[in-house]
Amino acid sequence: MRLNSLLADKKASILGKWFDIIIESYPPDTSNFLKNQGSRFANPIGSTISQGIEDIFDELLRGPNPLQAEGKTSQFLDNIVRIRAVQDFTPSQALSFIFPLKRIIREELTVEIAGSRFSDEILAFESAIDNLALSAFDIYIKCREQIYEIKANESKSMTFRLLQMANLINDNNGHGPDSKENNNLKIKRGEVKK
Amino acid sequence: MATKFTAKPDELSKLDYKPPKKGWMDNPVEFKENTFCWGAKGKNLKIIDFPNARDWSPAEEDWKLPENWQEIVLEGIKERLSKYRSLRLFMDICVRCGACADKCHFFIGSGDPKNMPVLRAELLRSIYRRYFTASGKMLGKIAGARELTIDVLKELWYYYYQCTECRRCSVFCPYGIDQAEITMMGRELLNLLGLNIDWIAGPVANCYMKGNHLGLEPHTIKNGIEFFLDDIETVTGIKIKPTFNRKGAEILFVTPSGDLFADPGTYTCMGYLMLFHELGLDYTWSTYASEGGNFGFFTSNEMAKRLNAKIYAEAKRLGVKWIIGGECGHMWRVVHQYMDTWNGPADFLEEPVSPITGTKFENAKSTKMVHIAEFTADLIKNGKLKLDPSRNDHLKVTWHDSCNTARGMGILEEPRYVLRNVCNHFYEMPEETIRERTFCCGSGTGLNASENMELRMRGGFARANAVKYVRDRYGVNMLANICAIDRATLKALMEYWAPDVQVAGLHELVANALVMKGEKERTQDLRLEPLPGKEAKE
Amino acid sequence: MRILFSFFAVIALALIAYAGVKIANLQFLFGVVIPYIAIAIFILGFIYRVLKWGSSPVPFRIPTTCGQQESLSWIKQNKIENPSSASGVVIRMALEVLLFRSLFRNLKTQLKEGKLVYGEAKWLWLAGLAFHWSFLIIFVRHFRFFLQNTPSFIKTIEGLDSFLQVGVPLLYMTDIVLLGAVTYLFLRRVFIPQVNYISLAADYFPLFLILGIASSGVVMRYFYKVHIVGVKELAMGLVTLSPVIPQGVGVMFYIHLFLICTLLAYFPLSKLMHMGGVFLSPTRNMANNSRRARHINPWNYPVHIHTYEEYENDFREKMKKAGIPVEKE
Repeated sequence: MRLNSLLADKKASILGKWFDIIIESYPPDTSNFLKNQGSRFANPIGSTISQGIEDIFDELLRGPNPLQAEGKTSQFLDNIVRIRAVQDFTPSQALSFIFPLKRIIREELTVEIAGSRFSDEILAFESAIDNLALSAFDIYIKCREQIYEIKANESKSMTFRLLQMANLINDNNGHGPDSKENNNLKIKRGEVKK
Repeated sequence: MATKFTAKPDELSKLDYKPPKKGWMDNPVEFKENTFCWGAKGKNLKIIDFPNARDWSPAEEDWKLPENWQEIVLEGIKERLSKYRSLRLFMDICVRCGACADKCHFFIGSGDPKNMPVLRAELLRSIYRRYFTASGKMLGKIAGARELTIDVLKELWYYYYQCTECRRCSVFCPYGIDQAEITMMGRELLNLLGLNIDWIAGPVANCYMKGNHLGLEPHTIKNGIEFFLDDIETVTGIKIKPTFNRKGAEILFVTPSGDLFADPGTYTCMGYLMLFHELGLDYTWSTYASEGGNFGFFTSNEMAKRLNAKIYAEAKRLGVKWIIGGECGHMWRVVHQYMDTWNGPADFLEEPVSPITGTKFENAKSTKMVHIAEFTADLIKNGKLKLDPSRNDHLKVTWHDSCNTARGMGILEEPRYVLRNVCNHFYEMPEETIRERTFCCGSGTGLNASENMELRMRGGFARANAVKYVRDRYGVNMLANICAIDRATLKALMEYWAPDVQVAGLHELVANALVMKGEKERTQDLRLEPLPGKEAKE
Repeated sequence: MRILFSFFAVIALALIAYAGVKIANLQFLFGVVIPYIAIAIFILGFIYRVLKWGSSPVPFRIPTTCGQQESLSWIKQNKIENPSSASGVVIRMALEVLLFRSLFRNLKTQLKEGKLVYGEAKWLWLAGLAFHWSFLIIFVRHFRFFLQNTPSFIKTIEGLDSFLQVGVPLLYMTDIVLLGAVTYLFLRRVFIPQVNYISLAADYFPLFLILGIASSGVVMRYFYKVHIVGVKELAMGLVTLSPVIPQGVGVMFYIHLFLICTLLAYFPLSKLMHMGGVFLSPTRNMANNSRRARHINPWNYPVHIHTYEEYENDFREKMKKAGIPVEKE
């Protein structure tokens, strides 16, 4: 646990470096804007990332303890990954922001970890980071699937309404699209009218 | 040409991905999937007699342009410079101070420097300088001028269909330079070459032939509305009988056709029907002028005028006295700032007076068209509506100002007044994200297609981020607005960024709260969902 | 590249003036001929550009509204940010031109980690305002060279400008402010990446030019004095159209003058025309009353529309079947 307190001491500088590395994955003309604009409304990307990595780091320090903590970490990850999932990144680029944390930590603690005094703890911490990457992958896929789902739902519900208007779908027993919402709608309507 | 998600093996581990540090003029555009819309189909352009009607794809190398396309564009610029002082001025006076740079929702959400309004304008300015100014002709690149090549044209297309003409940049510009105006000109030029997107061209062709963007035929419109009447009867026990194309009605009602078919706009439409019924208003729907929205406005001035003309023409044919317009954003920019100029004077109509309150709508005395939020606010102020806002108690509502009605009209307080009277829980988003500084939904100006979903999610991020803030802080679960495109697209945006926030038009909430004469006890809202605390007793 | 080009262009201009006067003895050319030409280009060019803008009509009424519209009597209109009358427009324009209202909108104080943080935008507004106002005051101060008797208001301005009472000759605050503001405006173009990305040579050149003019002026006044009586003689000669070239006016004056001439001649060709353009901007100088009063588009032309008759012909049977009234049975 001594490693964790060392990391907690260096938190500010670790997060600073991590943030810079993430921001540098954006075009250089943009990165300054993302770094320096303060307001969370004028610059939602920058503020989400800086808040997000702090929350993630805190959770990592708290350790893999209770079940709910995991849920929290993935919520924090979600905030960042969700943004990167709709920007011009390849999947690998979108998720590559996690791994540099390992390098940063080793750089920051060069002196302290010399002579493998913390090697077990380091290993554990680094596997926690690896797990982070795996959850991020899940989140990324979920986001991408959601995009396609939203796309599909938009056209489905449009078609459904149009067919309905054209009297091609009988309201009570017709076969509408599979989208959840429209099914609900139909079921509700069915109930009401019977 | 379009890039998919692929990275070379040696790039996989690279995080420090940076584009080469080159000036923007030397960075040709890369078409990235999910960010652009499909090209206009030939048949749709043919219907409205537009040039170079053919099927084409922006992702292909060959855009099937006429041989003399450069000449056409340059002639087009020349003509527009002589017709629009705005264009000539906005081409000349920008000092590139950068005040607008970080005000664009696309820039905020994407980080692409060419989404800075100033640079989006420079794309066209650089061509203007090269061919229309002495310094540009002589000094070339030093003076910020560049040749009109096919790459430049493609770049123009890519970024002028990544601008929603929201005017937010114009609010912050010391000279009022309005990128919306420049984008409109840019799109007109692109349309000279048949370079529209199909999500705009399709609705325009439909609207031209059938009166609305969806191509709903007259009997279908009637069917659709009758379908709503059934639902209204289910909720209230009241049978409503609206009229269509009725001559001699006092008022013509025009609303965007999105309200007729796309949830949750449909509930807003039910709201209009219930309100007008309760008032006993002498009004009619029209199947010919069945579109308030105007995708022509995203095509060219002339096309917008051709579509808009139907409203006055129908008002004249039916012999109504004045017109009420439903909830829509760009429709109101058009009605407020363009309609009278294009298709007026509406001297066959009378100055609008509310038959219920006797209020004269002085601010609309020439155009003779009143915004429904103005109309309803006046009703409430005069105590003409019996309202039970507690029916909306399960909702915590926030208000999204739509770009066009905020920055191209200024209807800010009317809907807020209505909202405060029909619901008990209303929370504003942060000041810098509402009113004249409101953020766009990211899908305006015909960019609400599906194929560009990523772009939409990025563009709407600034808006969604502020909604998320009030959701987390106050538990907001309803995003209300007066715009059909908002109703259609914010739903998707919320699904992605702020799940559990729903979207509603103002008059859906009005109708939920409206206590109607002879109605049965309400146990459901307009969505046929049970009203908490008022569920039907079995 | 863009920066260096502009920088060396200004240096070259200064050297031309130096060589022309010091080596080639072309005092008449630099002191009389070029100033006349520059002023002529400035005046005619300025008028030409404004007329050119004016020659394009304003087809639509397109103000950018930044506040509540005029509507129902009990709803408070924002008469300045969303004016519906001429007086409102005048106030809106005055705030825009005199105080840079829109740039000020960027002013945003934020609470960040418990501290108030002022965004860069505020500095842009402040520097812009400082630059333009000090430029104007310095310009007005120079009238003492063109008028036989210095009017009292110029003396008042000079008095106020030098009220710090520092140095001999008295230090003008505007000199410092101008140099500081221009330097800031230059530095932000270099160091703020977004602004750097959008900047053209045409943005750096006027900054260097103005910096050159201001520096040469400051040098003349405080350090490398020129023959001031001679300067006034020359200036008076120019305005009374009886030009003379007095002896012994230092070369620094000719450099100063030549750079000003360059600025004047360059002005109508460049973005500096925003000085005139700001008054013509249709998103700011129009009242938002387009539903109250019809705006006329001079080139409005009839367009082809799909008429109701054509529409009914397409759908008559369907309409009749659905019970929708038709014109022709």
